[in-house]
Amino acid sequence: MYGRSEPDGEAAAAGGRAPSDGRTSNSTARRRSDSVKKTRPPFPWFGMDIGGTLVKLVYFEPKDITAEEEQEEVENLKSIRRYLTSNTAYGTTGIRDVHLELQDLTLCGRTGTLHFIRFPTHDLPAFLQMGRSKHFSSLHTTLCATGGGAYKFESDFRTMADLQLHKLDELDCLIRGVLYIDSVVSRGPSECYYFENPTDPDRCVQRPYTLENPYPLLLVNIGSGVSILAVYSENNYKRVTGTSLGGGTFLGLCCLLTGCSTFEEALEMASQGESTRVDKLVRDIYGGDYERFGLPGWAVASSFGNMMSKEKRESVSKADLARATLVTITNNIGSITRMCALNENIERVVFVGNFLRVNTLSMKLLAYAMDYWSKGQLKALFLQHEGYFGAVGALLELLHPS
Amino acid sequence: MAECGRADSSSTTHTMDKSITLPPDEIFRNLENAKRFAIDIGGSLTKLAYYSTVQHKVAKVRSFEQNAEVSLYEISEQEEVTARLHFIKFENAYIETCLDFIRDHLVNTGTKVIKATGGGAHKFKELIERKLGLKVDKEDEMTCLIRGCNFVLRNIPHEAFVYAKHADSEFRFQTTHPDIFPYLLVNIGSGVSIVKVTTKRRIFRTTRFDELLQLASKGQHASVDMLVRDIYGGSYGSLGLTGDLIASSFGKSATADKGFSKEDMAKSLLHMISNDIGQLACLYAKLHNLSRVYFGGFFIRGHPVTMHTITYSINFFTKGEVQALFLRHEGYLGAIGAFLKGAEEDNPNQYSWGENYAGSSGLMSVSPEMNPMQRARSGTFDMLEMDRLERQLVNLPLLQDPSSYIPDTMDLTEDALAREYWLSCFEEALDGVVKRAVASQPDIPEAIERSEKFRQKYRHKLQTLRQQPFAYGSLTVRSLLDTREHCLNEFNFPDPYSKIKQRENDMALRYYQKAVKSLEQLSWEQRQFALVRGVLAGNVFDWGAKARPWLVDSYDQWLQRLKGPPHKCALFFVDNSGVDIILGVMPFVRELLSRGTEVVLASNSGPALNDVTNGELQILTERIAAMDPVIQAGLRDDRLTLVQSGSSSPCLDLSRLDKVLAMVVRERQTDLVIIEGMGRALHTNYYARLSCESLKTAVIKNSWLAERLGGKLFSVVFKYEVPPGKPSQEDSSAPSTPS
Repeated sequence: MYGRSEPDGEAAAAGGRAPSDGRTSNSTARRRSDSVKKTRPPFPWFGMDIGGTLVKLVYFEPKDITAEEEQEEVENLKSIRRYLTSNTAYGTTGIRDVHLELQDLTLCGRTGTLHFIRFPTHDLPAFLQMGRSKHFSSLHTTLCATGGGAYKFESDFRTMADLQLHKLDELDCLIRGVLYIDSVVSRGPSECYYFENPTDPDRCVQRPYTLENPYPLLLVNIGSGVSILAVYSENNYKRVTGTSLGGGTFLGLCCLLTGCSTFEEALEMASQGESTRVDKLVRDIYGGDYERFGLPGWAVASSFGNMMSKEKRESVSKADLARATLVTITNNIGSITRMCALNENIERVVFVGNFLRVNTLSMKLLAYAMDYWSKGQLKALFLQHEGYFGAVGALLELLHPS
Repeated sequence: MAECGRADSSSTTHTMDKSITLPPDEIFRNLENAKRFAIDIGGSLTKLAYYSTVQHKVAKVRSFEQNAEVSLYEISEQEEVTARLHFIKFENAYIETCLDFIRDHLVNTGTKVIKATGGGAHKFKELIERKLGLKVDKEDEMTCLIRGCNFVLRNIPHEAFVYAKHADSEFRFQTTHPDIFPYLLVNIGSGVSIVKVTTKRRIFRTTRFDELLQLASKGQHASVDMLVRDIYGGSYGSLGLTGDLIASSFGKSATADKGFSKEDMAKSLLHMISNDIGQLACLYAKLHNLSRVYFGGFFIRGHPVTMHTITYSINFFTKGEVQALFLRHEGYLGAIGAFLKGAEEDNPNQYSWGENYAGSSGLMSVSPEMNPMQRARSGTFDMLEMDRLERQLVNLPLLQDPSSYIPDTMDLTEDALAREYWLSCFEEALDGVVKRAVASQPDIPEAIERSEKFRQKYRHKLQTLRQQPFAYGSLTVRSLLDTREHCLNEFNFPDPYSKIKQRENDMALRYYQKAVKSLEQLSWEQRQFALVRGVLAGNVFDWGAKARPWLVDSYDQWLQRLKGPPHKCALFFVDNSGVDIILGVMPFVRELLSRGTEVVLASNSGPALNDVTNGELQILTERIAAMDPVIQAGLRDDRLTLVQSGSSSPCLDLSRLDKVLAMVVRERQTDLVIIEGMGRALHTNYYARLSCESLKTAVIKNSWLAERLGGKLFSVVFKYEVPPGKPSQEDSSAPSTPS
């Protein structure tokens, strides 16, 4: 996607500078952080968000480890660090999103790299098994976790891996994570971006956006389901509404309709399909625009509406069905979001959540829908770290308990 | 009969029952006089609308020129032409045969155009033009829906209802607010349209199914959907999201290995769509600050599962602030609207219209498993007929709160015991009604045959109502009585009681002067009591001297009030012919006039049972005036006025009264309303609250009802009420008028 290879290169360069900086100011930094050190939790630093479909894990890898520290470091800790940082895939389903990692990041006086890892929630038992085999519990006793799974699997963590979860509210974590990541990313591609000319496919391009004065904003988190939050300040937000038609619905329906089994597969199919063969458009009914109510002919009048006809059912491909599912779910989220923005009188909307991962189709659709139906009043914004903010928020809670 | 059905049954695979169970001429009625057609063709159903005129026998009374010895007045049954709107709904499969039938029976060649709306209008345009030789004139779908919606809300009192799955009666009908605007209309067809309707004109737009729903009704969505508890293990407490809420629709179908049943998937899909629509509707309602949201379209179409999920979703999203309302005739809105568009030159919106219970099929289809009726209905035809009323109907200006006024005292839809009693009661009385109908037309031999048709029709209506009490809105004693009147009219028995009324009026008139004289001999106080007794006794034949206190007795307060200053003007809703009106009401009226109170006598516009009609009352009053100078002076000085109620029912709906009556009431500054008789003061209006003093009197002539109210047969109800905040003037010093 749009030059995702670049950030790695840049970040690597930036990472290269970090040790030398660290060396020059090593002693002062050490002294300054002495006070911090006392309150600083021991390594390893994790933040976890256990959602309905995916577990998101952020791991901070300290890069400023002194030789002395290295010696002190227990073997278990070292092995976890090595395992996580030397691999980009774990088991068959765990993945480290290398392109998202944040290098040269200073957290609690320590400098290092923030890694972003995900795996399906149904593989949580395997993860716990690994934690057990790597004697994770010997390192420290609390693991900050958010998302519904923090509640659902709390006892599994205890019994299977001897781990005590520190459970956190997912929306608190989400907002904290968004604000933090946006504030620390200064190099590489802008964390926040939007689509310029969203209504013109040929001229539609991604542009950086500075989220300097972010409030008020509507935060739409599209995971398995969708939550919509109105955020007025870091500590003042409300959940406006939500919908059960989210990423889980897209994937679930795609699995039923096309027999696919992964999100990537579903997206790949969608990118090759044509939703207008599945959906009934205004022009299919009116022959053109429905002028009286300002509905253009290309607008969808009935999602999947063509599938009522037997011939049309026989002529659509699985890719068409996948595309229509994607468009339906995305447009619906767009509609609800737009109504919420109107009701809350907010003009900026930030879409996050793993439904948007590698899903430019949906992002452009959302950008388009926000712009078109609001006649340019609403701006759809996106963030590079899409689905990881909850986990980041959980990590921050570990470091700076609120 | 089933020619229509058979012809097409092979081509329809999705209907459960493929025969038309009614002969086409019972469906497309009055086609010979039809003009102005409209058609709304949806994805699976066609709705046809036409305007027609019906020839009806109406009973007229006419005073003889010279004082005839034979009888008081002449009764004649004349043919009168009234306007009627016909709406018929049938499956698209029958469209061709239906068009053929219409072509063969269409006499009026003046019709050139048919208004058409709905998605299928396009598809069938050519067919319609070819078959009917009419030009298809397409009308905008949403505009038609809105027009139709306004029309039914304005003209059908129990149009809207709330759906409650687990309540005793699933349908809770709402009294239509006198001001129907603004509202949100959510039409769920193949797509969803949400429209805010603020006035008649201004509109603001915002944005094999049966089988599926049947599947859905058996499915378990929780095996397909990812619930909050699937993610959280329980509820998400801090957000108040309970565990059984859906977190991600179809969320499980991506991960679970097992296959899903069709039922479960259908249910999940239904939940997803219903919730989504409910949510969007709520957001719009909130944005525009609307509390009334009506849902229509084929997705709803009386399906209990969708009504329930939509209701649930609206409740969830608005925490009860917005109510999901459904419409009894939602399937007809488009056809009605298209029709109205084409009939603009007839000014249909300037009239009031009334649902004809005899010709309309009523609301059907509840739980598909429970109601064999519904199954039988599929593949048949549904009809709605609306009669143009002669007068425009409005609220009585003296209602304390028009928006909360409910005419009926008892809702039989919710009261199973009462329902059972009254349905049986009306069934048992049917023989007598048939006999009387025949007797009212002794010289017409085919009256017997018609009376049998009437019997069949009304018995069928009663059976339908037993199964589907909500078929025509809330089931009430009034609706049962009105349905009977409509059925009698349908078979040309306009006034079975005409001769009886004539005889009784004649008899009673002979005693008028004597009665007045004896009243005049009484002391003031004795006379007041005798007058009240007269009104009560006139209401029942064999009323002995009922000792006070009565079952409901505010006579003392009333007497006290009479000692005070006279009322400015009294509005008197009268009841029966004969003794009641002549010896009960008239002397009472006479006394009011003598006190200096103007009197407006409101009687039925058309006949119902033995109730005195306005026509009869005109003649009677003239006769009495000839004998009684007080009445004569009253008429001469315009202090006694006769008005029509606008109704032809033995009961009384104070929210649907003749506009002229309302005007007179307002002009004369009416400060007393008197309602007499069981139909008007007990079955209806017993709890009606008026903004002025009111008197409701009746003798309970039904032992079951008497028992219900805690009394015996012939118990007396004498209810004098003073609205809160108004002094009852009890303390007024000396009696002013007594003589």
